[in-house]
Amino acid sequence: MSTQATPATITPPLWLLAELTYTCPLHCVFCSNPVDFATHRNELSTDEWIRVLTEARALGAVQLGFSGGEPLTRDDLETLVAEARRLGYYSNLITSGVGLTEARIRRLKDAGLDHIQLSFQDSTRELNDFLSHTRTFDLKRRTAALIRAHGFPMVLNCVIHRLNIDHIGRIIDLAVEIGAEYLELANAQYYGWALLNRDHLIPTREQVATAQDVVARARERIGDKLRILLVIPDYFERRPKRCMNGWGSVFLTVCPDGTALPCQAARVLPDMQYPSVRRSSVREIWYESSAFNRFRGDDWMTEPCRSCPEKQMDLGGCRCQAYLLTGNANAADPVCDKSPQHGIVTAAVAAGGTSPPGRPLIFRTPDESRRLAATPPPIGSGVS
Amino acid sequence: MTERLAPADDRVPAIPPLFRLQWEDAQQSYVLLFPEGMIKLNRSGGEILRRCDGRLTQGAVIAELNTAFAQDVGADVRAFLALATDKGWVTWRPAGATP
Ligand code: SF4
Ligand code: SF4
Repeated sequence: MSTQATPATITPPLWLLAELTYTCPLHCVFCSNPVDFATHRNELSTDEWIRVLTEARALGAVQLGFSGGEPLTRDDLETLVAEARRLGYYSNLITSGVGLTEARIRRLKDAGLDHIQLSFQDSTRELNDFLSHTRTFDLKRRTAALIRAHGFPMVLNCVIHRLNIDHIGRIIDLAVEIGAEYLELANAQYYGWALLNRDHLIPTREQVATAQDVVARARERIGDKLRILLVIPDYFERRPKRCMNGWGSVFLTVCPDGTALPCQAARVLPDMQYPSVRRSSVREIWYESSAFNRFRGDDWMTEPCRSCPEKQMDLGGCRCQAYLLTGNANAADPVCDKSPQHGIVTAAVAAGGTSPPGRPLIFRTPDESRRLAATPPPIGSGVS
Repeated sequence: MTERLAPADDRVPAIPPLFRLQWEDAQQSYVLLFPEGMIKLNRSGGEILRRCDGRLTQGAVIAELNTAFAQDVGADVRAFLALATDKGWVTWRPAGATP
């Protein structure tokens, strides 16, 4: 133990992300699900989820996201929503909209769902046709109208990458037209499938600058009836983000099979024994498990973070990104320009705009997942 | 009809449907919940917002709080509700209009 370490004070979890299933009708190239999702089976039952919701709520969790995969593929979603409402959660359905019928949305409303986050993705391989692909476009529009008609606040979420970033203006217009309250334009985060596809997805500096400009002008024009959030990839920054507001500080993710994670991406870290809600209570998981304590405080840090005056601000950045890019989970997030491995990030940015020849986009399908699980790509500068 | 106008004592503030106000034991405070976020309110903020129920006018909210705090809190309440209006946490309608 280092003498200068700050002891970790454990704050209660406030956000619970319930990943109900990895089943999904779509095959997004930027999906944050683990690459080997198809090898994870054995979803939690309704009763097990109710126990998780009850225990997390008792610890103080209040924001609840139902996600996946596509959570609508679980036919007990209404039951879980009703239970969440009874327990006092503010609940959010994070959905692609596929499967959200009139009957279903009415039942979800009656069960007490608070809001819906509709994601815009494209299920087709013609990604450059992003918004003009009429079938998807119409489905999303119909779904949005349904969400409005039932009085749900609507967050529209669009994952941004090189192939659609130039359409941001049209995406904003669409959000206004369908009456969304929030529009999240979040750049693909390079984990999971998005890391596999990173060299196709990372935008150029010029694209990012233009997008920021378009958003600034739209904000002036539209005012506050639509709140627009633009998240640019942290590869373009000089300091990493304060990932998840700190490991085990606010967020708790429970995976379809009951594995509990401090962050959706955290499964990639090596030598971690993640606890499962099947074997431990949420209280034990949050306060006592070695996995949730692993990166609390700053005792785990190595140089340059350990002696860095800024360490309380960004907490050394994202552990998963540090591991995926440097092979060392305790290293500084290489987004930081103080990191000796910062060159990996600048090289990826510099290469932006040139899709690697002979390496097609990899779609998130069960077949690809099984193939990749059998031959995991090497750790290091993304995929080679 | 609800509108976002400068608060006045004869108008009725209410928390719009996008938000939910509730007491959180774990945080020992009122929190305002909304898509993608949560605001932890201090004691006076919580006491003000929980009276913004769509029935009391701003004047009536102030009167109740003057009693509860045993001092004149009118200026603080008006300032807080102006800020809350800016943030979109409350909307306003004329007294007597149906919510
Ligand atoms: S990102 Fe796409 S593929 Fe992944 S779960 Fe969401 S909708 Fe499904
Ligand atoms: S060296 Fe580490 S702690 Fe310092 S700014 Fe960079 S990532 Fe953050």
